[in-house]
Amino acid sequence: MTTPDVTEPRVHRPTMSTWWWTKKRSYFVFVMRELSSFFIAWFVAFLLVLVAAVGRGDAAYQDFLDWAAAPWMVAINLIAFAFLVLHVVTWFSLTPKAMDVRIRGEKAPAAVIIASQYVGLAVVSAFVLWLVTR
Amino acid sequence: MSTVAHPPLKRRIEPLVWLMFSGGGVMAAVFLPVLVFLFAFAFPLDWISPPDHEHLAAVVGNPLTFLFLLGMFVVLLVHSAHRFRYTLYDGLQIKSKRITAVLCYGVAAIGALAAFVVLLTAA
Amino acid sequence: MASNEDSIRLEVTRYRPDGDSEPQLQEYDVPLRREWTVLDGLNHVKDEVDTTLSFRWSCRMGICGSCGMNVDGEPKLTCATFLSDYAPGPIRVEPLSNFPIIRDLVVDIDDFMQKLPKVSPWIIRDDDVTEIDGEYLQTPEELDAYKQFSMCINCMLCYAACPVYGLDPEFMGPAAIALAERYDLDSRDHGARERLDVLIEHEGVWGCTFVGECTTVCPKHVDPAGAIQRYKLKAAKENVKAFVLPRFLQ
Repeated sequence: MTTPDVTEPRVHRPTMSTWWWTKKRSYFVFVMRELSSFFIAWFVAFLLVLVAAVGRGDAAYQDFLDWAAAPWMVAINLIAFAFLVLHVVTWFSLTPKAMDVRIRGEKAPAAVIIASQYVGLAVVSAFVLWLVTR
Repeated sequence: MSTVAHPPLKRRIEPLVWLMFSGGGVMAAVFLPVLVFLFAFAFPLDWISPPDHEHLAAVVGNPLTFLFLLGMFVVLLVHSAHRFRYTLYDGLQIKSKRITAVLCYGVAAIGALAAFVVLLTAA
Repeated sequence: MASNEDSIRLEVTRYRPDGDSEPQLQEYDVPLRREWTVLDGLNHVKDEVDTTLSFRWSCRMGICGSCGMNVDGEPKLTCATFLSDYAPGPIRVEPLSNFPIIRDLVVDIDDFMQKLPKVSPWIIRDDDVTEIDGEYLQTPEELDAYKQFSMCINCMLCYAACPVYGLDPEFMGPAAIALAERYDLDSRDHGARERLDVLIEHEGVWGCTFVGECTTVCPKHVDPAGAIQRYKLKAAKENVKAFVLPRFLQ
């Protein structure tokens, strides 16, 4: 604290605690949402290991499936998947705010935009399932 | 439209990174859940019998898959780096902005390069 | 105070710059009347109990935007926040977060006052039309495009709710960007480019991480969070154009 100045009134400048985001539910959800980024990077690495294994041949691919079935890998992936779900839900629900979607000049209702994204997710999921298992 | 002549808009890197971040957010929300469900749970744990290697190798070897996966991995990595950078700044109040930015985007760039090499080798 | 009357306790931040090194809490019991707001409680303290308590207020009807304070940790207009909603209390009344405290519940809003004119929140024309030539006519649809954003009363509750502003005071902040959007969307305005030059900078819209609390706390139902995200998309489109289009087409 500097010495009080006679002419300048002393103001108090509050500082934010490092744990500010634990004090309110919405702030906590926000930081968890941002933390999902770490697990998305994890899944990129995971999928690259899969692609590399497929490239190296059948034995490497079977090794990958065994490795992914190990309990500790399943545990990590479960935690990561929970964060991915948080990303999906928050991303879809924020889209109507971030974009001004208009249908025939009328502002599209938020529920319509959110629902259409889940339809998109379902269509893409069905396509990927078909592509890899056909 | 303005009739007054303005100097050309300054070119900024932030909007381009933000566009890639947003693209990555969409890709993560739409494509990752099914890929993760299948390859992290359903196939390894035999909920669904895993596709044979020959078929997967054919899918990965397709040039369209190559381009799609490369594009997806790159925007996913930018998305992760961008958000994680702000997580460090907001959540943990790591104030050295430049170092965290260089680290986060640097790791993403290395990851993008690795993705390119892995995809090229596998194809 | 009459003994048969219900009362509620206010825990009020006191900070006297000439004596205190840290803000402290002081407790006051005020009558719990159904029609009394937190501001009425504070005015009761000022009039009847402790004349040294300092706070800002003016209109008492949610339009001047000067009585914003943190009530139980949430930024609120104290003239529109009823004591009975917090019964049996106690109610914590603190100055708005993220601003320097001058005295008690009074915060220093200079930073916001300096940021606001940077986004030119007024109608900019690039022709010579003056009011002598008549009015600028608008259709109801054109009014509708920006009306929501014009409800902003500069109460700064959104700044108090924004952790990004708290962590990085360089950030232009929710209300200023929402007001830029208010004039950008106005059919009479030609100033979008001037505002873009300001908001495309790093301290403009890019610091926002879409926490969304600015919109949640807004007493006038403005949506600064949405305005900022839409502005990012607009700025990104213009920026891509600046990269790919030849200069004469921009």
